[in-house]
Amino acid sequence: MTTSLNPASSADADAVTAAAALALGDDALVLSHRLGEWAGHAPVLEEEVALANIALDLLGQARVLLSLVGDEDELAYLREERAFRNVQLVEQPNGDFAHTIARQLYFSTYQRLLYGRLAETDGPLAGLAAKAVKEVAYHQDHAEQWTVRLGDGTAESHDRMQQGCDALWRHTGEMFQPVDGIDIDWPEIEASWTASVTAVLERATLAVPEGPRTGAWSAGAGRQGLHTEPFGRMLAEMQHLHRSHPGASW
Amino acid sequence: MSDAKDWPLWEVFVRSRRGLSHTHAGSLHAPDAELALRNARDLYTRRGEGVSIWVVPSTSITASSPDEKDPFFEPAADKPYRHPTFYEIPEGVKHL
Amino acid sequence: MATAAAHQAARTQAAHATSDATGTAPGQAPGTAAYQTAFDTAVAAEERIEPRDWMPDAYRATLVRQIAQHAHSEIIGMQPEANWITRAPSLRRKAILMAKVQDEAGHGLYLYSAAETLGTGRDELLDKLHSGRQKYSSIFNYPTLTWADVGAIGWLVDGAAITNQVPLCRCSYGPYARAMVRICKEESFHQRQGYELLLALSRGTEAQHAMAQDAVDRWWWPSLMMFGPPDDESSHSAQSMEWKIKRHSNDELRQRFVDICVPQAESLGLTLPDPDLVWNEERGHHDFGAIDWTEFWEVLKGNGPCNEQRITQRRQAHDEGAWVREAAATHAAKHSEAKHAEAQDSGANGKATA
Repeated sequence: MTTSLNPASSADADAVTAAAALALGDDALVLSHRLGEWAGHAPVLEEEVALANIALDLLGQARVLLSLVGDEDELAYLREERAFRNVQLVEQPNGDFAHTIARQLYFSTYQRLLYGRLAETDGPLAGLAAKAVKEVAYHQDHAEQWTVRLGDGTAESHDRMQQGCDALWRHTGEMFQPVDGIDIDWPEIEASWTASVTAVLERATLAVPEGPRTGAWSAGAGRQGLHTEPFGRMLAEMQHLHRSHPGASW
Repeated sequence: MSDAKDWPLWEVFVRSRRGLSHTHAGSLHAPDAELALRNARDLYTRRGEGVSIWVVPSTSITASSPDEKDPFFEPAADKPYRHPTFYEIPEGVKHL
Repeated sequence: MATAAAHQAARTQAAHATSDATGTAPGQAPGTAAYQTAFDTAVAAEERIEPRDWMPDAYRATLVRQIAQHAHSEIIGMQPEANWITRAPSLRRKAILMAKVQDEAGHGLYLYSAAETLGTGRDELLDKLHSGRQKYSSIFNYPTLTWADVGAIGWLVDGAAITNQVPLCRCSYGPYARAMVRICKEESFHQRQGYELLLALSRGTEAQHAMAQDAVDRWWWPSLMMFGPPDDESSHSAQSMEWKIKRHSNDELRQRFVDICVPQAESLGLTLPDPDLVWNEERGHHDFGAIDWTEFWEVLKGNGPCNEQRITQRRQAHDEGAWVREAAATHAAKHSEAKHAEAQDSGANGKATA
């Protein structure tokens, strides 16, 4: 079963809002799932609590956003991979703690800017963005604190943090592909993002990664439903139980 | 090098709402004050239990010894005139 | 350098300061008798013992052992439930489960914090857990094979835990009692969510109902074992009752739990896997079948289905996190002087002002 929503061909305003909500909702849903995979594996107990807090905030955002589009569970559990609109960055596997922190830094910085600008618009997502931006500010702070400690910690942590930042760099360009229904200044967001991330990396004694911010064929891919290999596996695990009992309530 | 991995202990004090003083909530480990504050926020206020947090390195706290109980606290127990219930006020007198 | 070991030394010293003051070693010399009397009187009067009070060495050791085991159980107990976070069948259930597993990490932290007031650092306790010198509750050595197991853990395992824990809120040791008050308050949703989860399954499709029954069948007996061996075989019980660390006997709490569960199972539309379970009018309690204590002791010895898996994952998380903990400690050491200077001209996080 798939949803009837087809954002590309729909012109009316509700559908455009729904497409935007789906993109942001999928980002939050998928990143929340990845962070949930840390449960029981965090490097220190205090981080178990911190990572779960972030995952729960994101899951809460996802549920609100997906509910604007349709039934949250149908959307989460019954769509095929190609129907997900999240950016590829959030679906990347956790890797080590530094890798997860790099992903958090890149994404939470983006999300905070995006929600911040969105909250200033008079669009239908403004109210939700205003609430979410407070949560996301904390996620960004968490990511920055750890980026600095790992980058400017031991030689090993520095290397790991640099590797994490480098490896995920090519997934960062995609975030700034304009999303239909979100009427904000995308180039301005990208410039602010770059300035913010650069400042943190410098404070962390890390090099700003060089190289392309998008893959050769993948520009804007996640938003159009093209994902990376690990995402299929993630969805298989996430959806398996729900799909095994068609029509059941939980 | 195992010493470097051990994070110091911090005592956490939470003001549960405006108008109340900070109360000891428990302790936690953190490498520095900034993370101690954040860990405290996540651990001790995740159900909205607080509006303000203090963290203090456990080693910075000097406590009275239980053995000093007598000289420290008994004189205070001996001054009932410090408490309002010490004074008898005729019935019907208000705002006292 | 401020290490846990240093704290421990400081605290142990503080805890023993009373005996040092009289120039005697704790627990043996002439001055001790007076302290023992004061301690006994306080316990008898239902007063709380606080960290810096004199306490018998055996009382301290018993508490450290019990609180540590309790803390270990919380953090090992995250694993069987976390096993289902990524497969939770609805977003609502997923949020609930994540919050619950997070609470368990939090509860572990409260308890380690209570143990530290007795002069034993968390690192030392974790070492003992990782090397098998300290135990955690055997219940977590059983696997969560289906989604319904998440419900059965909430209803039965948390239910048994709550039955055990509520009396601990009145434990004679202050920090432990306070941690338990907080934990019990937070845990009130854990059992209810489990029950609600099972109810949805029981009233759902045939396959869901069967899944729920299967989970209850597998978790019932291990849950009864959570109360520990029968009273006549329980090695620490009598002394712990006398010290008011423990308030009720194992068998008493087990009986209370069975009596609570029987009607709850009926409302669920599920059966408890015990043909001998019947109401005994005369006793005013349910009689129940014999518990297989051989299984209990085997699982405790390490021969349960998941002992190896649980401790390996815990050790692995700890070992793989070592570089992170070290990095943060190194960063703090590098920057502590700079930060101190910064704090002087009032940084973002201000000084405490009451």
